[in-house]
Amino acid sequence: MPESDTLTTAKPPFDVDKIRADFPVLSQKVNGKPLVYLDNAATTQKPRRVIDKVQQFDSEEYGTVRRGSYKLSEQATRMFEDVRQKVADLFGAADKKEIIFTSGTTQAINLVAHSFGKQFVKEGDEIIISNIEHHANTVPWQVLCEEKGAHLKVIPVNDRGELIMEEYEKLLSPRTRMVAVNHISNALGTINPVKEIARLAHAAGAKVLIDGAQSTAHMKLDVQDLDCDFYTFSGHKMYAPSGVGGLYGKYDLLKEMPPYVTGGDMIRQVTLEKTLYADPPARFEAGTPPITQVMGLGEAIDYLQEIGFDKIAEYEHALLEYGTRVLSEIDGLTIIGTAAHKASILSFNIDVIHPHDMVTLLDQDGISARGGHHCAQPTMKRFQVTATTRASASFYNKFEELDALAASVRRAIKLFS
Amino acid sequence: MSYDNELYQQVILDHNRKPRNFREMPEATHSCHGFNPLCGDDYTVYLKINDDDVIEEVSFMGSGCAISKASSSLMTGFLKGKNIDETKLVFDEFHRMVLGEMDPETQEHHLGKLALFKGIREFPSRIKCASLSWHSMMGALAKSENVTTE
Repeated sequence: MPESDTLTTAKPPFDVDKIRADFPVLSQKVNGKPLVYLDNAATTQKPRRVIDKVQQFDSEEYGTVRRGSYKLSEQATRMFEDVRQKVADLFGAADKKEIIFTSGTTQAINLVAHSFGKQFVKEGDEIIISNIEHHANTVPWQVLCEEKGAHLKVIPVNDRGELIMEEYEKLLSPRTRMVAVNHISNALGTINPVKEIARLAHAAGAKVLIDGAQSTAHMKLDVQDLDCDFYTFSGHKMYAPSGVGGLYGKYDLLKEMPPYVTGGDMIRQVTLEKTLYADPPARFEAGTPPITQVMGLGEAIDYLQEIGFDKIAEYEHALLEYGTRVLSEIDGLTIIGTAAHKASILSFNIDVIHPHDMVTLLDQDGISARGGHHCAQPTMKRFQVTATTRASASFYNKFEELDALAASVRRAIKLFS
Repeated sequence: MSYDNELYQQVILDHNRKPRNFREMPEATHSCHGFNPLCGDDYTVYLKINDDDVIEEVSFMGSGCAISKASSSLMTGFLKGKNIDETKLVFDEFHRMVLGEMDPETQEHHLGKLALFKGIREFPSRIKCASLSWHSMMGALAKSENVTTE
Protein backbone atom coordinates (compact mmCIF):
# COMPACT_ATOMS: atom_id res chain seq x y z
CA MET A 1 0.00 0.00 0.00
CA PRO A 2 1.64 3.29 -1.05
CA GLU A 3 2.61 5.55 1.86
CA SER A 4 1.55 8.71 0.08
CA ASP A 5 -2.00 7.50 -0.37
CA THR A 6 -4.31 9.48 1.87
CA LEU A 7 -7.25 7.21 1.19
CA THR A 8 -5.55 4.01 2.25
CA THR A 9 -3.34 5.36 5.00
CA ALA A 10 -6.48 6.57 6.78
CA LYS A 11 -6.37 4.44 9.87
CA PRO A 12 -9.10 1.81 10.11
CA PRO A 13 -11.46 2.49 13.04
CA PHE A 14 -10.34 -0.76 14.66
CA ASP A 15 -7.35 -3.09 14.65
CA VAL A 16 -8.02 -5.25 11.58
CA ASP A 17 -5.32 -7.77 12.49
CA LYS A 18 -6.98 -8.24 15.84
CA ILE A 19 -10.34 -8.74 14.12
CA ARG A 20 -8.77 -11.27 11.75
CA ALA A 21 -7.42 -13.22 14.70
CA ASP A 22 -11.05 -13.74 15.73
CA PHE A 23 -11.67 -15.80 12.56
CA PRO A 24 -9.79 -19.13 12.60
CA VAL A 25 -10.46 -19.90 8.95
CA LEU A 26 -8.65 -16.79 7.73
CA SER A 27 -5.19 -17.91 8.85
CA GLN A 28 -4.94 -20.80 6.39
CA LYS A 29 -3.15 -21.05 3.08
CA VAL A 30 -4.86 -21.99 -0.18
CA ASN A 31 -2.72 -23.33 -3.02
CA GLY A 32 0.31 -22.29 -1.02
CA LYS A 33 -0.82 -18.66 -0.74
CA PRO A 34 -2.44 -16.88 2.22
CA LEU A 35 -6.22 -17.17 1.91
CA VAL A 36 -7.83 -13.94 0.68
CA TYR A 37 -11.52 -14.46 1.33
CA LEU A 38 -13.60 -12.14 -0.87
CA ASP A 39 -16.89 -14.01 -1.21
CA ASN A 40 -18.62 -12.40 1.74
CA ALA A 41 -21.73 -11.56 -0.25
CA ALA A 42 -22.25 -15.31 -0.67
CA THR A 43 -21.45 -16.25 2.90
CA THR A 44 -19.33 -14.94 5.75
CA GLN A 45 -16.78 -16.70 7.92
CA LYS A 46 -17.42 -17.37 11.59
CA PRO A 47 -15.63 -15.73 14.52
CA ARG A 48 -14.22 -17.99 17.23
CA ARG A 49 -16.83 -16.91 19.78
CA VAL A 50 -19.68 -18.00 17.49
CA ILE A 51 -17.97 -21.36 16.91
CA ASP A 52 -17.40 -21.71 20.65
CA LYS A 53 -20.95 -20.70 21.53
CA VAL A 54 -22.40 -23.34 19.23
CA GLN A 55 -20.12 -26.00 20.65
CA GLN A 56 -20.69 -24.94 24.24
CA PHE A 57 -24.47 -24.85 23.83
CA ASP A 58 -24.57 -28.30 22.24
CA SER A 59 -22.15 -29.65 24.86
CA GLU A 60 -23.82 -28.26 27.96
CA GLU A 61 -27.18 -26.58 27.40
CA TYR A 62 -28.96 -28.20 24.47
CA GLY A 63 -32.65 -28.90 24.84
CA THR A 64 -35.84 -28.46 22.88
CA VAL A 65 -37.59 -25.11 23.01
CA ARG A 66 -41.16 -24.21 23.97
CA ARG A 67 -42.06 -27.80 24.77
CA GLY A 68 -40.32 -29.36 27.73
CA SER A 69 -41.09 -28.71 31.37
CA TYR A 70 -37.62 -29.49 32.59
CA LYS A 71 -34.56 -27.43 33.23
CA LEU A 72 -32.66 -27.94 29.95
CA SER A 73 -35.70 -27.11 27.87
CA GLU A 74 -36.78 -24.15 29.95
CA GLN A 75 -33.27 -22.75 29.89
CA ALA A 76 -32.91 -23.29 26.13
CA THR A 77 -36.31 -21.66 25.57
CA ARG A 78 -35.25 -18.60 27.55
CA MET A 79 -31.98 -18.32 25.62
CA PHE A 80 -33.82 -18.82 22.33
CA GLU A 81 -36.27 -16.04 23.14
CA ASP A 82 -33.38 -13.82 24.27
CA VAL A 83 -31.94 -14.10 20.76
CA ARG A 84 -35.32 -13.11 19.31
CA GLN A 85 -35.07 -9.98 21.46
CA LYS A 86 -31.52 -9.36 20.20
CA VAL A 87 -32.71 -9.53 16.60
CA ALA A 88 -35.58 -7.18 17.43
CA ASP A 89 -33.14 -4.74 19.03
CA LEU A 90 -30.73 -5.04 16.11
CA PHE A 91 -33.50 -4.18 13.64
CA GLY A 92 -35.18 -1.56 15.81
CA ALA A 93 -38.41 -3.55 15.93
CA ALA A 94 -41.08 -2.45 18.39
CA ASP A 95 -41.63 -5.94 19.77
CA LYS A 96 -39.80 -9.25 19.64
CA LYS A 97 -43.07 -10.90 18.59
CA GLU A 98 -42.44 -9.31 15.20
CA ILE A 99 -39.38 -11.52 14.63
CA ILE A 100 -39.91 -14.95 13.05
CA PHE A 101 -37.04 -17.39 12.71
CA THR A 102 -36.72 -19.14 9.35
CA SER A 103 -33.94 -21.04 7.61
CA GLY A 104 -32.87 -17.82 5.92
CA THR A 105 -33.93 -15.10 3.53
CA THR A 106 -35.20 -17.47 0.85
CA GLN A 107 -37.63 -19.13 3.23
CA ALA A 108 -38.62 -15.77 4.73
CA ILE A 109 -39.56 -14.34 1.33
CA ASN A 110 -41.39 -17.54 0.41
CA LEU A 111 -43.29 -17.28 3.70
CA VAL A 112 -44.49 -13.78 2.86
CA ALA A 113 -45.22 -14.56 -0.80
CA HIS A 114 -47.32 -17.56 0.17
CA SER A 115 -49.00 -16.27 3.30
CA PHE A 116 -49.50 -12.60 2.47
CA GLY A 117 -50.25 -13.63 -1.10
CA LYS A 118 -52.89 -16.11 -0.04
CA GLN A 119 -54.64 -13.55 2.11
CA PHE A 120 -54.26 -10.31 0.18
CA VAL A 121 -53.43 -10.89 -3.50
CA LYS A 122 -56.24 -11.38 -5.98
CA GLU A 123 -56.57 -11.78 -9.73
CA GLY A 124 -55.54 -8.64 -11.55
CA ASP A 125 -53.49 -7.31 -8.62
CA GLU A 126 -49.91 -6.20 -9.11
CA ILE A 127 -46.59 -7.00 -7.43
CA ILE A 128 -43.54 -4.82 -8.02
CA ILE A 129 -39.94 -6.03 -7.85
CA SER A 130 -36.79 -4.52 -9.40
CA ASN A 131 -34.46 -5.53 -12.21
CA ILE A 132 -31.62 -6.18 -9.73
CA GLU A 133 -33.17 -8.76 -7.43
CA HIS A 134 -31.75 -12.10 -6.39
CA HIS A 135 -33.75 -15.03 -7.73
CA ALA A 136 -34.98 -15.54 -4.15
CA ASN A 137 -36.83 -12.23 -4.42
CA THR A 138 -38.01 -12.90 -7.95
CA VAL A 139 -39.21 -16.48 -8.31
CA PRO A 140 -41.59 -16.56 -5.28
CA TRP A 141 -43.41 -13.52 -6.68
CA GLN A 142 -43.52 -14.97 -10.19
CA VAL A 143 -45.06 -18.14 -8.80
CA LEU A 144 -47.57 -16.15 -6.75
CA CYS A 145 -48.57 -14.07 -9.77
CA GLU A 146 -49.04 -17.20 -11.87
CA GLU A 147 -51.20 -18.82 -9.22
CA LYS A 148 -53.35 -15.77 -8.62
CA GLY A 149 -53.50 -14.31 -12.10
CA ALA A 150 -51.69 -11.24 -10.76
CA HIS A 151 -49.12 -9.18 -12.67
CA LEU A 152 -45.42 -8.78 -11.92
CA LYS A 153 -43.99 -5.31 -12.64
CA VAL A 154 -40.28 -4.58 -12.67
CA ILE A 155 -38.54 -1.34 -11.67
CA PRO A 156 -35.82 -0.65 -14.27
CA VAL A 157 -32.29 0.46 -13.38
CA ASN A 158 -29.95 2.96 -15.00
CA ASP A 159 -26.50 2.10 -16.32
CA ARG A 160 -24.99 2.61 -12.86
CA GLY A 161 -27.33 -0.01 -11.46
CA GLU A 162 -29.58 2.41 -9.56
CA LEU A 163 -33.36 2.05 -9.50
CA ILE A 164 -35.06 4.65 -11.69
CA MET A 165 -37.41 6.10 -9.10
CA GLU A 166 -39.57 8.02 -11.61
CA GLU A 167 -40.30 4.73 -13.36
CA TYR A 168 -41.07 3.12 -10.02
CA GLU A 169 -43.64 5.82 -9.27
CA LYS A 170 -45.28 5.18 -12.62
CA LEU A 171 -45.57 1.46 -11.85
CA LEU A 172 -47.44 2.04 -8.59
CA SER A 173 -51.20 1.78 -8.95
CA PRO A 174 -54.30 1.13 -6.84
CA ARG A 175 -53.82 -2.55 -7.78
CA THR A 176 -50.28 -2.74 -6.33
CA ARG A 177 -50.35 -5.07 -3.33
CA MET A 178 -46.66 -5.54 -2.64
CA VAL A 179 -43.36 -3.88 -3.47
CA ALA A 180 -40.47 -6.31 -2.86
CA VAL A 181 -36.93 -4.99 -3.34
CA ASN A 182 -33.55 -5.65 -1.84
CA HIS A 183 -31.80 -3.24 0.48
CA ILE A 184 -28.47 -4.03 -1.19
CA SER A 185 -28.09 -5.77 -4.56
CA ASN A 186 -26.01 -8.92 -4.19
CA ALA A 187 -24.81 -8.75 -7.79
CA LEU A 188 -23.95 -5.04 -8.02
CA GLY A 189 -23.72 -3.68 -4.48
CA THR A 190 -26.29 -0.93 -5.07
CA ILE A 191 -27.81 0.38 -1.82
CA ASN A 192 -31.44 1.09 -2.63
CA PRO A 193 -33.40 4.05 -1.19
CA VAL A 194 -35.71 1.73 0.70
CA LYS A 195 -37.22 4.38 2.98
CA GLU A 196 -38.39 6.37 -0.03
CA ILE A 197 -39.53 3.18 -1.76
CA ALA A 198 -41.65 2.33 1.30
CA ARG A 199 -43.09 5.85 1.54
CA LEU A 200 -44.21 5.82 -2.08
CA ALA A 201 -45.60 2.29 -1.81
CA HIS A 202 -47.62 3.15 1.27
CA ALA A 203 -48.97 6.29 -0.40
CA ALA A 204 -50.29 3.96 -3.11
CA GLY A 205 -51.75 1.59 -0.53
CA ALA A 206 -49.20 -1.20 -1.09
CA LYS A 207 -47.11 -3.14 1.43
CA VAL A 208 -43.33 -3.36 1.29
CA LEU A 209 -40.88 -6.23 1.75
CA ILE A 210 -37.17 -5.45 1.95
CA ASP A 211 -34.77 -8.32 1.21
CA GLY A 212 -32.02 -7.61 3.72
CA ALA A 213 -29.78 -10.59 2.94
CA GLN A 214 -26.88 -8.29 1.99
CA SER A 215 -27.44 -5.48 4.46
CA THR A 216 -27.78 -6.74 8.02
CA ALA A 217 -24.07 -7.43 8.50
CA HIS A 218 -22.99 -4.11 7.10
CA MET A 219 -25.24 -1.29 8.31
CA LYS A 220 -27.29 -0.14 11.24
CA LEU A 221 -30.98 -0.76 10.72
CA ASP A 222 -34.17 0.79 12.01
CA VAL A 223 -37.17 -0.97 10.50
CA GLN A 224 -39.56 1.47 12.16
CA ASP A 225 -37.79 4.44 10.62
CA LEU A 226 -37.72 2.68 7.22
CA ASP A 227 -41.38 1.89 7.83
CA CYS A 228 -41.16 -1.34 5.83
CA ASP A 229 -43.81 -3.99 6.44
CA PHE A 230 -41.41 -6.93 6.11
CA TYR A 231 -37.65 -7.27 6.34
CA THR A 232 -35.79 -10.54 5.72
CA PHE A 233 -32.29 -11.70 6.64
CA SER A 234 -29.87 -14.64 6.59
CA GLY A 235 -27.67 -15.53 9.56
CA HIS A 236 -24.86 -17.05 7.52
CA LYS A 237 -24.26 -13.72 5.78
CA MET A 238 -23.79 -12.03 9.17
CA TYR A 239 -21.12 -14.27 10.71
CA ALA A 240 -23.65 -16.70 12.22
CA PRO A 241 -24.13 -20.37 11.30
CA SER A 242 -25.95 -21.37 8.13
CA GLY A 243 -29.50 -22.66 8.51
CA VAL A 244 -30.99 -19.74 10.41
CA GLY A 245 -32.33 -16.39 9.34
CA GLY A 246 -35.61 -14.67 9.67
CA LEU A 247 -38.34 -12.26 9.00
CA TYR A 248 -39.41 -9.02 10.63
CA GLY A 249 -43.05 -8.22 10.04
CA LYS A 250 -45.36 -5.57 11.44
CA TYR A 251 -47.41 -7.37 14.02
CA ASP A 252 -50.84 -6.19 12.88
CA LEU A 253 -50.06 -7.54 9.44
CA LEU A 254 -48.61 -10.84 10.65
CA LYS A 255 -51.78 -11.39 12.70
CA GLU A 256 -53.86 -11.25 9.55
CA MET A 257 -51.73 -13.78 7.70
CA PRO A 258 -52.37 -17.54 7.57
CA PRO A 259 -49.62 -20.05 8.36
CA TYR A 260 -47.15 -20.99 5.64
CA VAL A 261 -45.88 -24.30 6.98
CA THR A 262 -48.18 -26.23 9.29
CA GLY A 263 -47.51 -28.81 11.97
CA GLY A 264 -46.41 -28.80 15.57
CA ASP A 265 -45.94 -25.76 17.78
CA MET A 266 -47.87 -23.36 15.57
CA ILE A 267 -51.26 -24.19 16.96
CA ARG A 268 -53.47 -23.12 19.81
CA GLN A 269 -55.71 -26.15 19.69
CA VAL A 270 -56.09 -29.08 17.34
CA THR A 271 -59.18 -31.23 17.11
CA LEU A 272 -59.74 -33.61 14.25
CA GLU A 273 -62.27 -31.17 12.83
CA LYS A 274 -60.43 -27.87 13.10
CA THR A 275 -57.19 -26.25 14.16
CA LEU A 276 -56.88 -22.88 15.86
CA TYR A 277 -53.57 -21.27 15.01
CA ALA A 278 -51.22 -19.70 17.49
CA ASP A 279 -50.46 -16.00 17.35
CA PRO A 280 -47.29 -14.83 15.58
CA PRO A 281 -44.43 -15.56 15.78
CA ALA A 282 -45.28 -19.18 16.76
CA ARG A 283 -47.85 -19.38 13.94
CA PHE A 284 -44.98 -19.20 11.46
CA GLU A 285 -42.51 -21.44 13.26
CA ALA A 286 -43.92 -24.94 12.82
CA GLY A 287 -41.65 -27.77 13.86
CA THR A 288 -38.47 -27.70 15.90
CA PRO A 289 -36.52 -24.59 14.92
CA PRO A 290 -32.73 -24.45 14.30
CA ILE A 291 -32.06 -24.08 18.02
CA THR A 292 -28.27 -24.33 18.00
CA GLN A 293 -27.96 -22.01 14.99
CA VAL A 294 -30.11 -19.42 16.74
CA MET A 295 -27.64 -19.45 19.66
CA GLY A 296 -24.84 -18.83 17.19
CA LEU A 297 -26.83 -15.99 15.65
CA GLY A 298 -27.23 -14.34 19.04
CA GLU A 299 -23.48 -14.51 19.61
CA ALA A 300 -22.78 -13.09 16.13
CA ILE A 301 -25.11 -10.16 16.83
CA ASP A 302 -23.31 -9.43 20.10
CA TYR A 303 -19.99 -9.56 18.27
CA LEU A 304 -21.14 -7.13 15.58
CA GLN A 305 -22.69 -4.76 18.11
CA GLU A 306 -19.45 -4.71 20.11
CA ILE A 307 -17.42 -3.76 17.03
CA GLY A 308 -20.09 -1.22 16.12
CA PHE A 309 -21.99 -0.80 12.88
CA ASP A 310 -20.78 2.77 12.41
CA LYS A 311 -17.18 1.55 12.39
CA ILE A 312 -18.00 -1.46 10.21
CA ALA A 313 -19.75 0.74 7.64
CA GLU A 314 -16.96 3.32 7.68
CA TYR A 315 -14.21 0.77 7.13
CA GLU A 316 -16.07 -1.29 4.54
CA HIS A 317 -16.74 1.90 2.60
CA ALA A 318 -13.01 2.63 2.63
CA LEU A 319 -12.41 -0.90 1.31
CA LEU A 320 -14.96 -0.28 -1.45
CA GLU A 321 -13.31 2.96 -2.49
CA TYR A 322 -9.85 1.45 -2.43
CA GLY A 323 -10.92 -1.69 -4.30
CA THR A 324 -12.77 0.37 -6.89
CA ARG A 325 -9.66 2.40 -7.53
CA VAL A 326 -7.12 -0.40 -7.78
CA LEU A 327 -9.40 -2.36 -10.11
CA SER A 328 -10.30 0.69 -12.23
CA GLU A 329 -6.61 1.21 -12.97
CA ILE A 330 -6.50 -2.13 -14.83
CA ASP A 331 -6.79 -1.86 -18.62
CA GLY A 332 -9.67 -3.87 -20.02
CA LEU A 333 -11.50 -4.13 -16.68
CA THR A 334 -15.07 -2.88 -16.40
CA ILE A 335 -16.84 -2.54 -13.08
CA ILE A 336 -20.51 -3.52 -13.35
CA GLY A 337 -22.54 -1.53 -10.84
CA THR A 338 -21.31 1.96 -10.06
CA ALA A 339 -24.14 3.33 -7.95
CA ALA A 340 -23.49 6.46 -5.90
CA HIS A 341 -24.59 4.54 -2.79
CA LYS A 342 -22.84 1.20 -2.78
CA ALA A 343 -21.84 -1.58 -0.44
CA SER A 344 -18.42 -3.25 -0.58
CA ILE A 345 -19.28 -5.48 -3.53
CA LEU A 346 -17.13 -5.26 -6.66
CA SER A 347 -18.57 -6.96 -9.72
CA PHE A 348 -16.33 -6.75 -12.75
CA ASN A 349 -15.47 -8.19 -16.12
CA ILE A 350 -12.24 -8.42 -18.07
CA ASP A 351 -12.56 -8.15 -21.83
CA VAL A 352 -10.28 -11.12 -22.58
CA ILE A 353 -11.14 -13.43 -19.66
CA HIS A 354 -14.39 -15.22 -18.89
CA PRO A 355 -15.39 -14.91 -15.18
CA HIS A 356 -15.11 -18.67 -14.69
CA ASP A 357 -11.51 -18.64 -15.86
CA MET A 358 -10.92 -15.55 -13.75
CA VAL A 359 -12.07 -17.15 -10.49
CA THR A 360 -10.08 -20.32 -11.18
CA LEU A 361 -6.96 -18.19 -11.68
CA LEU A 362 -7.72 -16.10 -8.58
CA ASP A 363 -8.12 -19.29 -6.58
CA GLN A 364 -4.68 -20.41 -7.71
CA ASP A 365 -3.44 -17.24 -5.98
CA GLY A 366 -5.38 -18.10 -2.82
CA ILE A 367 -8.21 -15.65 -3.55
CA SER A 368 -11.80 -16.81 -3.05
CA ALA A 369 -14.10 -14.78 -5.30
CA ARG A 370 -17.25 -15.63 -7.18
CA GLY A 371 -17.77 -16.02 -10.90
CA GLY A 372 -21.23 -16.47 -12.35
CA HIS A 373 -24.62 -14.85 -12.56
CA HIS A 374 -24.95 -14.58 -8.75
CA CYS A 375 -28.52 -15.92 -8.86
CA ALA A 376 -29.47 -12.68 -10.59
CA GLN A 377 -29.84 -13.57 -14.26
CA PRO A 378 -32.22 -10.65 -15.02
CA THR A 379 -29.54 -8.31 -13.64
CA MET A 380 -26.91 -9.91 -15.90
CA LYS A 381 -29.21 -9.56 -18.88
CA ARG A 382 -29.79 -5.87 -18.09
CA PHE A 383 -26.04 -5.31 -18.30
CA GLN A 384 -25.68 -7.58 -21.35
CA VAL A 385 -23.33 -10.04 -19.68
CA THR A 386 -23.77 -13.72 -18.89
CA ALA A 387 -21.67 -13.53 -15.75
CA THR A 388 -19.32 -11.35 -13.73
CA THR A 389 -16.46 -11.87 -11.34
CA ARG A 390 -17.49 -10.62 -7.91
CA ALA A 391 -15.25 -9.70 -4.98
CA SER A 392 -17.16 -8.78 -1.84
CA ALA A 393 -15.30 -7.40 1.16
CA SER A 394 -15.97 -7.60 4.88
CA PHE A 395 -14.47 -5.70 7.81
CA TYR A 396 -11.95 -8.53 8.23
CA ASN A 397 -10.47 -7.81 4.80
CA LYS A 398 -7.45 -5.58 4.38
CA PHE A 399 -6.39 -3.06 1.78
CA GLU A 400 -3.43 -5.35 1.02
CA GLU A 401 -5.85 -8.11 0.06
CA LEU A 402 -7.41 -5.84 -2.55
CA ASP A 403 -3.90 -5.17 -3.84
CA ALA A 404 -3.44 -8.94 -4.05
CA LEU A 405 -6.71 -9.19 -5.98
CA ALA A 406 -5.61 -6.52 -8.44
CA ALA A 407 -2.18 -8.13 -8.87
CA SER A 408 -3.75 -11.51 -9.51
CA VAL A 409 -6.13 -10.02 -12.08
CA ARG A 410 -3.15 -8.41 -13.84
CA ARG A 411 -1.28 -11.73 -13.90
CA ALA A 412 -4.34 -13.44 -15.36
CA ILE A 413 -4.65 -10.80 -18.08
CA LYS A 414 -0.98 -11.24 -18.94
CA LEU A 415 -1.45 -15.00 -19.17
CA PHE A 416 -4.43 -14.64 -21.47
CA SER A 417 -3.00 -11.90 -23.70
CA MET B 1 5.45 -13.06 -13.42
CA SER B 2 4.86 -16.28 -15.28
CA TYR B 3 2.54 -19.11 -14.52
CA ASP B 4 3.45 -22.71 -14.75
CA ASN B 5 -0.17 -23.55 -15.01
CA GLU B 6 -1.43 -27.12 -15.15
CA LEU B 7 -4.91 -26.11 -16.27
CA TYR B 8 -4.20 -23.13 -18.50
CA GLN B 9 -1.44 -24.65 -20.61
CA GLN B 10 -0.17 -22.79 -23.65
CA VAL B 11 -2.09 -25.04 -26.03
CA ILE B 12 -5.35 -24.23 -24.27
CA LEU B 13 -4.58 -20.51 -24.13
CA ASP B 14 -3.69 -20.56 -27.81
CA HIS B 15 -6.91 -22.30 -28.83
CA ASN B 16 -8.87 -19.84 -26.66
CA ARG B 17 -7.25 -16.88 -28.41
CA LYS B 18 -7.49 -18.39 -31.89
CA PRO B 19 -10.16 -21.08 -31.93
CA ARG B 20 -9.92 -23.39 -34.95
CA ASN B 21 -12.94 -24.37 -37.08
CA PHE B 22 -14.82 -21.51 -35.40
CA ARG B 23 -17.66 -20.92 -37.82
CA GLU B 24 -21.21 -21.78 -38.59
CA MET B 25 -21.67 -24.49 -41.22
CA PRO B 26 -24.74 -24.07 -43.45
CA GLU B 27 -23.97 -27.35 -45.25
CA ALA B 28 -23.84 -29.38 -42.01
CA THR B 29 -25.68 -32.70 -41.99
CA HIS B 30 -25.85 -32.72 -38.18
CA SER B 31 -25.76 -29.95 -35.55
CA CYS B 32 -26.62 -29.48 -31.90
CA HIS B 33 -26.79 -26.53 -29.54
CA GLY B 34 -25.21 -27.01 -26.09
CA PHE B 35 -25.74 -24.79 -23.07
CA ASN B 36 -24.46 -24.75 -19.51
CA PRO B 37 -27.06 -22.79 -17.52
CA LEU B 38 -24.72 -22.44 -14.55
CA CYS B 39 -22.05 -20.41 -16.31
CA GLY B 40 -23.61 -19.50 -19.64
CA ASP B 41 -21.24 -21.49 -21.89
CA ASP B 42 -23.17 -21.65 -25.14
CA TYR B 43 -21.98 -23.40 -28.32
CA THR B 44 -23.38 -25.05 -31.40
CA VAL B 45 -21.43 -27.94 -32.92
CA TYR B 46 -21.77 -28.67 -36.66
CA LEU B 47 -20.89 -31.94 -38.42
CA LYS B 48 -20.83 -32.85 -42.10
CA ILE B 49 -20.95 -36.64 -42.33
CA ASN B 50 -20.64 -38.48 -45.64
CA ASP B 51 -22.28 -41.69 -46.80
CA ASP B 52 -19.40 -43.76 -45.38
CA ASP B 53 -20.12 -42.40 -41.86
CA VAL B 54 -16.95 -40.31 -41.92
CA ILE B 55 -16.90 -36.80 -40.48
CA GLU B 56 -15.72 -34.70 -43.42
CA GLU B 57 -16.11 -31.33 -41.75
CA VAL B 58 -16.63 -30.24 -38.14
CA SER B 59 -16.96 -26.75 -36.71
CA PHE B 60 -18.38 -24.87 -33.74
CA MET B 61 -19.69 -21.42 -32.91
CA GLY B 62 -20.64 -19.70 -29.69
CA SER B 63 -19.22 -18.19 -26.51
CA GLY B 64 -17.92 -19.26 -23.15
CA CYS B 65 -14.84 -19.66 -20.99
CA ALA B 66 -11.34 -20.54 -22.17
CA ILE B 67 -11.65 -24.18 -21.16
CA SER B 68 -14.88 -24.70 -23.08
CA LYS B 69 -13.65 -22.83 -26.13
CA ALA B 70 -10.27 -24.55 -26.28
CA SER B 71 -11.84 -27.95 -25.70
CA SER B 72 -14.31 -27.33 -28.53
CA SER B 73 -11.55 -26.13 -30.82
CA LEU B 74 -9.28 -29.11 -30.14
CA MET B 75 -12.20 -31.49 -30.50
CA THR B 76 -13.07 -30.21 -33.95
CA GLY B 77 -9.50 -30.57 -35.16
CA PHE B 78 -9.30 -34.07 -33.74
CA LEU B 79 -12.54 -35.43 -35.16
CA LYS B 80 -12.09 -34.39 -38.77
CA GLY B 81 -11.67 -37.57 -40.85
CA LYS B 82 -12.79 -39.92 -38.06
CA ASN B 83 -15.71 -42.26 -38.59
CA ILE B 84 -18.66 -42.41 -36.22
CA ASP B 85 -17.48 -45.51 -34.35
CA GLU B 86 -14.04 -43.97 -33.74
CA THR B 87 -15.74 -40.75 -32.62
CA LYS B 88 -17.91 -42.52 -30.07
CA LEU B 89 -14.88 -44.37 -28.72
CA VAL B 90 -12.93 -41.13 -28.30
CA PHE B 91 -15.90 -39.42 -26.64
CA ASP B 92 -16.08 -42.23 -24.13
CA GLU B 93 -12.35 -42.05 -23.38
CA PHE B 94 -12.37 -38.25 -23.10
CA HIS B 95 -15.40 -38.33 -20.84
CA ARG B 96 -13.86 -40.92 -18.53
CA MET B 97 -10.57 -39.02 -18.47
CA VAL B 98 -12.08 -35.68 -17.34
CA LEU B 99 -14.09 -37.50 -14.68
CA GLY B 100 -10.90 -39.08 -13.39
CA GLU B 101 -11.98 -42.61 -14.33
CA MET B 102 -9.26 -43.08 -16.96
CA ASP B 103 -5.62 -42.04 -16.60
CA PRO B 104 -4.06 -41.38 -20.02
CA GLU B 105 -0.58 -41.83 -18.55
CA THR B 106 -1.12 -45.40 -17.41
CA GLN B 107 -3.97 -46.61 -19.60
CA GLU B 108 -4.17 -47.17 -23.33
CA HIS B 109 -6.19 -44.57 -25.18
CA HIS B 110 -6.76 -42.89 -28.55
CA LEU B 111 -6.91 -39.29 -27.35
CA GLY B 112 -3.59 -38.03 -28.67
CA LYS B 113 -2.99 -34.45 -27.52
CA LEU B 114 -6.51 -34.26 -26.09
CA ALA B 115 -4.90 -35.96 -23.10
CA LEU B 116 -3.73 -32.51 -22.02
CA PHE B 117 -7.21 -32.02 -20.53
CA LYS B 118 -6.31 -34.63 -17.92
CA GLY B 119 -5.67 -31.88 -15.34
CA ILE B 120 -9.32 -30.83 -15.39
CA ARG B 121 -10.14 -33.63 -12.95
CA GLU B 122 -8.57 -31.48 -10.23
CA PHE B 123 -11.16 -28.76 -10.91
CA PRO B 124 -14.59 -30.40 -10.47
CA SER B 125 -16.51 -27.21 -11.23
CA ARG B 126 -14.80 -26.99 -14.63
CA ILE B 127 -15.37 -30.53 -15.92
CA LYS B 128 -18.57 -29.42 -17.61
CA CYS B 129 -16.68 -26.65 -19.39
CA ALA B 130 -14.33 -29.18 -20.98
CA SER B 131 -17.05 -31.65 -21.90
CA LEU B 132 -19.89 -29.39 -23.11
CA SER B 133 -19.07 -29.46 -26.83
CA TRP B 134 -18.35 -33.18 -26.67
CA HIS B 135 -21.89 -33.69 -25.40
CA SER B 136 -23.18 -31.38 -28.14
CA MET B 137 -21.28 -33.40 -30.74
CA MET B 138 -22.86 -36.60 -29.44
CA GLY B 139 -26.23 -34.83 -29.43
CA ALA B 140 -25.66 -33.91 -33.08
CA LEU B 141 -24.92 -37.55 -33.94
CA ALA B 142 -28.12 -38.55 -32.15
CA LYS B 143 -30.00 -35.84 -34.05
CA SER B 144 -30.87 -33.90 -30.89
CA GLU B 145 -31.39 -30.17 -31.26
CA ASN B 146 -30.26 -29.21 -27.78
CA VAL B 147 -28.19 -30.58 -24.93
CA THR B 148 -27.60 -29.09 -21.52
CA THR B 149 -25.09 -29.93 -18.84
CA GLU B 150 -27.83 -29.88 -16.20
